[in-house]
Amino acid sequence: MHQQDFFYQAVIYLLAAVVSVALAKRLGLGSVLGYLLAGIVIGPFVFGLVGSEDSSVMHFAEFGVVMMLFLIGLELRPSLLWKMRKSIFGLGGLQVLLTTLIIAAIALGFKSSFKESLAIGLVVALSSTAIVLQTLTEKGLIKNEGGKASFSVLLFQDIAVIPILALIPLLAPNGIEVANDHATHGIAALPGWQQVLIIIAVVAGIIFIGRFLARYIFRVIASSGMREIFTASALLLVISTAIAMDMVGLSPALGTFLAGVVLADNEYRHELESGIEPFKGLLLGLFFISVGASINFNILFENPVSILVFLVILVAVKFTVLYGLGKAFGLKKGNGLLFSFALAQGGEFAFVLISFSSQNKVLSDELSGVLLIVVALSMLITPFLLIINEKFIQPRILFNANKEEDADEIEDSENQVIIAGFGRFGLAIGRFLKANGIHTTVLDNNSANIEMLRKFGFKVYYGDATRHDLLLSAGIKNAKILIIAIDNEEEILKLIDYVKDKYPHVKILSRSKGLRHTFELKKRNVFAERRETYDASIELATTAMHELGYSKYQAYSSARTFKKHDELVLEELYQLWGKDEQKYISEAKRFSEQLRNLLLSEEENFYEGVDSAWDVQTLRDEVLENYNKQQD
Amino acid sequence: MKKILIQFAHPAFHKSRINKELLKDIELIDGVTLRNLYEEYPNFHIDVKYEQQLLVEHDILIWHHPFYWYSAPSLLKEWIDLVLEHNFAFGKNGTALKGKLVMSAITAGGSKQAYTKEGYNHCLIHDLLLPFRKTAELCKMKYLPPFVVHGTHLFDIEKTKKMADDYRKLLISLRDDVFELKQFGQCRYSNDLLETSKI
Repeated sequence: MHQQDFFYQAVIYLLAAVVSVALAKRLGLGSVLGYLLAGIVIGPFVFGLVGSEDSSVMHFAEFGVVMMLFLIGLELRPSLLWKMRKSIFGLGGLQVLLTTLIIAAIALGFKSSFKESLAIGLVVALSSTAIVLQTLTEKGLIKNEGGKASFSVLLFQDIAVIPILALIPLLAPNGIEVANDHATHGIAALPGWQQVLIIIAVVAGIIFIGRFLARYIFRVIASSGMREIFTASALLLVISTAIAMDMVGLSPALGTFLAGVVLADNEYRHELESGIEPFKGLLLGLFFISVGASINFNILFENPVSILVFLVILVAVKFTVLYGLGKAFGLKKGNGLLFSFALAQGGEFAFVLISFSSQNKVLSDELSGVLLIVVALSMLITPFLLIINEKFIQPRILFNANKEEDADEIEDSENQVIIAGFGRFGLAIGRFLKANGIHTTVLDNNSANIEMLRKFGFKVYYGDATRHDLLLSAGIKNAKILIIAIDNEEEILKLIDYVKDKYPHVKILSRSKGLRHTFELKKRNVFAERRETYDASIELATTAMHELGYSKYQAYSSARTFKKHDELVLEELYQLWGKDEQKYISEAKRFSEQLRNLLLSEEENFYEGVDSAWDVQTLRDEVLENYNKQQD
Repeated sequence: MKKILIQFAHPAFHKSRINKELLKDIELIDGVTLRNLYEEYPNFHIDVKYEQQLLVEHDILIWHHPFYWYSAPSLLKEWIDLVLEHNFAFGKNGTALKGKLVMSAITAGGSKQAYTKEGYNHCLIHDLLLPFRKTAELCKMKYLPPFVVHGTHLFDIEKTKKMADDYRKLLISLRDDVFELKQFGQCRYSNDLLETSKI
């Protein structure tokens, strides 16, 4: 392809994506549908702007799925994955088995051969990881029970692809030469036990690197302070894992998923996520577009009725099997429906399996063409099905089931206190709370400290504390208190504005850099704010007072009284500040103006000494007076 | 020779002429330890373990304080609350203070006459000190009659010096075991013993 062609293609894809996704989002249809429709529009059957090369584009774009699974892995700790084993193998296994059998039986009814029928069943049993996960994540449904069950099934399907690929050549009609795509792979020529050994070695290598080496490597990279290098290393990690898996004949998606899980405990997990995220998004978009562009409407128009019948059968069978299994595995009605609607389509693996089957002469070219369009259409209607579910079916269920919500869905026990910034200010806070047995989650971008802090039981996230996604993964949703201890005035205010807006339930306790900053904080109605140097100044002043001959208790009480007095002064100045905020011009002028106001207000608010209760002269005088009267 | 621990509590010591005189050079007396609680713990954060250790090391404890509102300044109450722990000072295993002597040394604005049944307060100092006495008894200590300085508002230099001298004498006789416990039982104030024995 010429360079110009490449840019020409890029412009078409990007333009289509930008326009249609923006539109689809606006109409509440979700990005996946937007991409699919964009693909149809630029594809051969509408404008024909792209066409012949689109299968290679699709192949390239499938890497988006690999990246997506890596990101999902990052969100899943191994312990969490272990908890899901029942739904992965039970629910997922039964789904693939039952769907395959029923579809195959129906295909037999349509007078296909036994082998053909079985191949069809296997091909369409798999659902679309890309569409389902992207859509559920976008709708924020991935963490609910239905979403989790969907994920389990998709994970099993990813595993199941490998044996299915091995099975399909066996279904070839007798006497036909087997075109085993797999044989071209590196290790397939070796004896079975050696293959197994190599696979185990590669998987163990991924686990070892992720668990023990990655931390050190990332720390070195993070300390370079260059974000793009971090992104580059994240990409390197994902791509090399994918290649390694591909070489040993395992699914790259599964491999990167595994790598993700291994890295889920890593403190740089978040940087990895944000490094990969944009690439994943773009590649997945590209993938959806190429799915849209690949739909061969000619076949549809030649034979609309039977294709629609097949489509209905496919979706109905998958839906029924899923719904039944969901029920058997204890999904509540609403979640069960979400689960069933989400997975009732054929997936991107079907494209691979169909072309593989047709190479192996398991399926005829004509049948392959029909299957391709049925699968593509089923993918196309999935977002619509989910919208119907969301808009029309779920509200009714919610209405009927009088709000018995799953309160037990929070899986990570998250800390109630988040400390943003762990320099000298935040450190004291964290130490103090830790000393009192209060666990905190710490956000800091100094990689040198992170390793050590983790050893002492702090939950640490590496990165800029004002980043929204970082806050989210630190558990801001379930946090009670956010203590802001970062150094930059403006950043503090920005963070407060954001959290106040998105998570109004979180109480914000903030470091203040000075008087004017305090006013900005008061204006934002933070729960509490503290000037960073104020308490230390008063403490030192107290010591000075004692050195000058005041008793310690006098000095201490004076400090307490002064702090109280200062609150009054501050409040008064704040009112003043609110009035002529606009008037002040230069920072220097502002400071001296404030100083003047401060001292003025000091004079007005009477600062009363502490010990006027004890051994007072007025009492002495009174006693003396009475005594003198008695003497007279 | 017995060891005496004076726990002095006065939030406005700098204003109290009497107490300044009473405590002047008092820690120079052999065997006497003076603790100024408001100076040690201005923020009321009491070092309990250290205070207990001091108690163990001494034989006689003196709660020395102005008689604010018929009682002690708040820090001394805090000290009692925190230092006299269960299984240290009281309870089955709380025998650390067993047999030690305790005495209150108080300065009161009211005259001796005011603290009588017929007087202004209709009540004896002895009765008003009941919580302190019970506290001592619960800790298996012997509570001696108090050393009281009455009518502080009307003191002149002479009287103040006389009182300070008495206090000093009392401390020395306690240290040297001059009086028998029986003798204490017979008087209202420990001051009285000094009158009768004429040391």
